[in-house]
Amino acid sequence: MNAILLSLIQAVAVLLGITLLAAGLTFAERRLLGFWQDRLGPNRVGWQGTLQIVADMIKIFFKQDWTPPFADKIIFTAAPIIVLTTVVLAFAVIPLGPLAGIMPNLNIGLLFFLGMTSLSVYGVILAGWSSNSKFALLGGMRAAAQTISYEVFMGLAVVGVVMLTGSFNLETIVAAQTRVWFVIPQFFGFLPFLIAGIAEAHRLPFDLPEGENELGAGFHTEYSSMKFGMFFIAEYASIVLISSITVVLYFGGWHGPWLPPAVWFALKIGAFIAFFILLRAALPRPRYDQLMSYGWKLMLPLTIANLAITGALMLGGIE
Amino acid sequence: MNLSGYDIVFYAAAAFALLTTAIAITRANPLYGLLNFVLSLLGMAVVFYTLGAPFAAALEVIVYAGAIMVLFLFVVMMLRLDRTAIARESGWLTRTIWIIPILAGAALGGELLYGLLRGTGPTHAHHIVSPQAVGLELFTSDIAAVELASMLLLAGLIGAYHLGRPARARD
Repeated sequence: MNAILLSLIQAVAVLLGITLLAAGLTFAERRLLGFWQDRLGPNRVGWQGTLQIVADMIKIFFKQDWTPPFADKIIFTAAPIIVLTTVVLAFAVIPLGPLAGIMPNLNIGLLFFLGMTSLSVYGVILAGWSSNSKFALLGGMRAAAQTISYEVFMGLAVVGVVMLTGSFNLETIVAAQTRVWFVIPQFFGFLPFLIAGIAEAHRLPFDLPEGENELGAGFHTEYSSMKFGMFFIAEYASIVLISSITVVLYFGGWHGPWLPPAVWFALKIGAFIAFFILLRAALPRPRYDQLMSYGWKLMLPLTIANLAITGALMLGGIE
Repeated sequence: MNLSGYDIVFYAAAAFALLTTAIAITRANPLYGLLNFVLSLLGMAVVFYTLGAPFAAALEVIVYAGAIMVLFLFVVMMLRLDRTAIARESGWLTRTIWIIPILAGAALGGELLYGLLRGTGPTHAHHIVSPQAVGLELFTSDIAAVELASMLLLAGLIGAYHLGRPARARD
């Protein structure tokens, strides 16, 4: 009974931590974007704008929660819930440190993560469909096509790591990286994985489902108040998720000299989150067909070549 | 009967899968049918997991629920279903249309019941099948099935390529 209680407390702690981190990121992103784009960003509420999150939360809670009369009510409400739930659920298998995490020892941990990311696309598609408006529908369709395409080589990219460790267990994968991080032998697996991860999180330069200069706000055009807030938080939570899974798979998880494991893990994740934000600050948005052909014609062959070479080297007995 | 935690999860997931499948086939709105089918697949994944096949469970979620059903959804979304389409659809679901499915289902159910009563049905022995075991099996003893499936996929790919080409190039 105690074990159940302990894991329950851990789960709640992780859940709260992610939500708070995601909320904090909404502020951090705007300040960093401002810094990189040579402007100020929100700096009025509280010291250096730190209370901006509180102001935003008050605003979003007190807005009218409006469901359009032409929308499909049930699915319209369910969509943001699906997105947020699947993102948060995927954190269950992430090892946060030695013996920390909700169930990092799951024997299909990596597959569980892939499954949750592939389910989260339902929320986006259903939001687009149930809104019953053209902009939202187009955004939802783009999300569906983009996610399916990029999921293919996301799955293929991680197979390299699985081949080297012989396990889907994320804790085993971290343990296998005590000497060399997998980013070195698997660099051409890491690159497609990170790119696919950015696409799964619908972040710029892959945020065509909500490309605001052509689709209004894309799949969440009709959403307001806290339903929109859930999409918003889910986006930041999935940035944290993709960052942490990249660190676990390719950057040795919590391993590192001198500092305690948790600090290393937080530092590495922080670096990736900053990288995500830098990408948004620096890159323009591609055209939709460019996005699709980039995925299928460049990334997919690259991952397959990576797999073949990794396999050949392993057969030849070279690590 | 002594029910362990696993058994309770198994029966709950199985009941959930059955219920959502029943809902899926009786909906007039194809989108609701599809979504219920997705839920049923998720229920099946839990059933697989409790039976000691975690790899099959994960594939059920990633491949069926996460990829194939998304494609179905994609097509349904493009069809732009409105009230008239749904009304026409429910017009097709008359009473007589259920007769054959019910008879066929009753036959299958009878066989299942017979097997269960004889006690020869598979009991869920907790023997966990590892992903490695599945892979080895696939590429050694079941290689013919894998090759057949890949040939089928290749045919599909060529067909899709042909349909996708511009009309001028097709002639």
